[in-house]
Amino acid sequence: MFKNKNGDAAVIPAASKKLRNYSRDKMLTEHIPMLIMLAPFLIFFFVFTIIPIFASIALSFTSYDMIASPKFIWIDNYRRMIVEDTTFSTTVRNTLTFAIIAGPLGFLMSFVLAWFVNEFTPKIRAILSFMFYAPSLVGNAYFIWKVAFSGDSYGYINSFLLSIGVIAEPIVWLKTEAYLMPIIIVVQLWQSMGVSFLSNISGLQNVSRDMYEAGAIDGIRNRWQELRYITLPAMQPMLLFSAVMQIQASFSASTIMIELAGYPSKNMAVDSIVSLMTDMATVRYELGYACAMSVVLFIMMVAARLLVGKILKLFEK
Amino acid sequence: MTIKQYFQDKRAKKSAVKRYTRSTAGNIALVLFLVAGGLFSLLPLIYCVSTSFKPLDELLIFPPRFLVHRPTIGNYAILPDLMASLRVPLSRYIVNSVGISFFTTVVYILVALMAAYSISKGTFKGRNAIFWTVQFALMFNAYTLAVPQYLIFSKLGLIDTYWIYILPPMASTMGVFLGKQYIEGNVPDALLEAAKIDGANQFKVFWSIVMPTIKPIWLTLLLFTFRDIWSAVPSGKIFSEELKILPQVVTQITAGGTARAGSAMAVTVIMMIPPIIVFLVSQSSVAESMSSAGIKE
Repeated sequence: MFKNKNGDAAVIPAASKKLRNYSRDKMLTEHIPMLIMLAPFLIFFFVFTIIPIFASIALSFTSYDMIASPKFIWIDNYRRMIVEDTTFSTTVRNTLTFAIIAGPLGFLMSFVLAWFVNEFTPKIRAILSFMFYAPSLVGNAYFIWKVAFSGDSYGYINSFLLSIGVIAEPIVWLKTEAYLMPIIIVVQLWQSMGVSFLSNISGLQNVSRDMYEAGAIDGIRNRWQELRYITLPAMQPMLLFSAVMQIQASFSASTIMIELAGYPSKNMAVDSIVSLMTDMATVRYELGYACAMSVVLFIMMVAARLLVGKILKLFEK
Repeated sequence: MTIKQYFQDKRAKKSAVKRYTRSTAGNIALVLFLVAGGLFSLLPLIYCVSTSFKPLDELLIFPPRFLVHRPTIGNYAILPDLMASLRVPLSRYIVNSVGISFFTTVVYILVALMAAYSISKGTFKGRNAIFWTVQFALMFNAYTLAVPQYLIFSKLGLIDTYWIYILPPMASTMGVFLGKQYIEGNVPDALLEAAKIDGANQFKVFWSIVMPTIKPIWLTLLLFTFRDIWSAVPSGKIFSEELKILPQVVTQITAGGTARAGSAMAVTVIMMIPPIIVFLVSQSSVAESMSSAGIKE
């Protein structure tokens, strides 16, 4: 703002005093209340998240079995991961394949479904969103897929295919490499209609009414134009949120894979980085190595986040 | 624009406005598609409820059946007997679970949305850096954080107290991120300026202007937070029986193997009821607060 260099203050003393008062007032009425409101979260965030993250990064440079104290080994964990450990490179490949397919698809589905559901009157909307949200409410809902894809002739899918004569022998779905990744992706998509879906719905509630009216007057003819020129730009912040949640969910998926395909899965077809990390930490007690993996995973996710930010910018206006 | 005008405006917009951009064929296709997809998504819920009514022989039958043929309430009726063997009366666990879930959820929503408001509408230095930190922290896999976190919990003396349920969720970044995005898109600066000119201070602006405006998002956040806290098991952090919550009791009941598979499913169904109630209450209020154009209007 106005810098008071020599003499200036003497020339317009009244004005500069007013300015000083103004910035002090701003401090008192704007910044301090804002910081007070931020403080509770910031304190908990620092103590329970930031400190552990730095501790975990520090541990990634050590050999630590959770019994003896950590031993500093420079970048040996990272060298082992990249040079020696072929298991790790397989899991990286699996994680990337999974994330590149399931992430964007999940993002699109959760938006498109929310957009459709939002067309209805409040009561119907509540019923429909309940249906789509149901897998998230049940919790470990993937168990139903275990029964469906069961490898004997009694699994729902096998018995259906056998009865209509498409196959002659039951297929061992969850032990056949070629089927594993597609199955896991379908289950993930079906289960991912949780957080992003509902936050998209609440985002759509507030896309302003006169924007649609103005659009109709300006010659918007159908749903698609309305979507492209009104809804998408207005939904920008919520779409970014939903994209970040999808990155988080798809890069750190492991429960569905371990539950459906087992660990290790057939030819390691669907072992993800987090599956391997869990194994390292809980079965082999190599926590330093597991931490190094989580740092690498973190870097991959941050790269994905920056890329997604760039892509979403294209739809801003 | 004064505050009154803003809300009047909003209410006026709520009254039904015809949308000119919808075709009947499109609407019918939409309904069919959504109902099919919705029923598909309901399958696990139906399976759980139906299994909880299966008698023992139907549970063991091979091939397994999706729906129950001869429903029985036996799985539910046996629950009081199973509960009777608990060392602490069941009511204690229920009070713990309900109390902790509601208290933590309400406090977290306040903590998170205050922070979200501060980051999105504040003008102080460093708020951008904080926002990026929040986003990046969301991406650090929680798994490897567990050990350092445990050390911090025990240093702070939180282990085996109620605080272990309440404090750690306050650090959750999801609500802050969600709130910030929503406030940015839906709370116009003009509205805040008007309130300040009317003489309201920042806290008052947050409570009586921002919170009502962002009602859909705090109702949704309420649901996410409640669901997570309700079903969380603080493994290895609670040892006193009096401090335990329902999910821990459930694992004790379900530990009985196949013979108890039916009761285990019955307990699972009962445990789903509170999140479902919260879902219905919150989502129907979302709908009420901002009814938007519907096909039938």
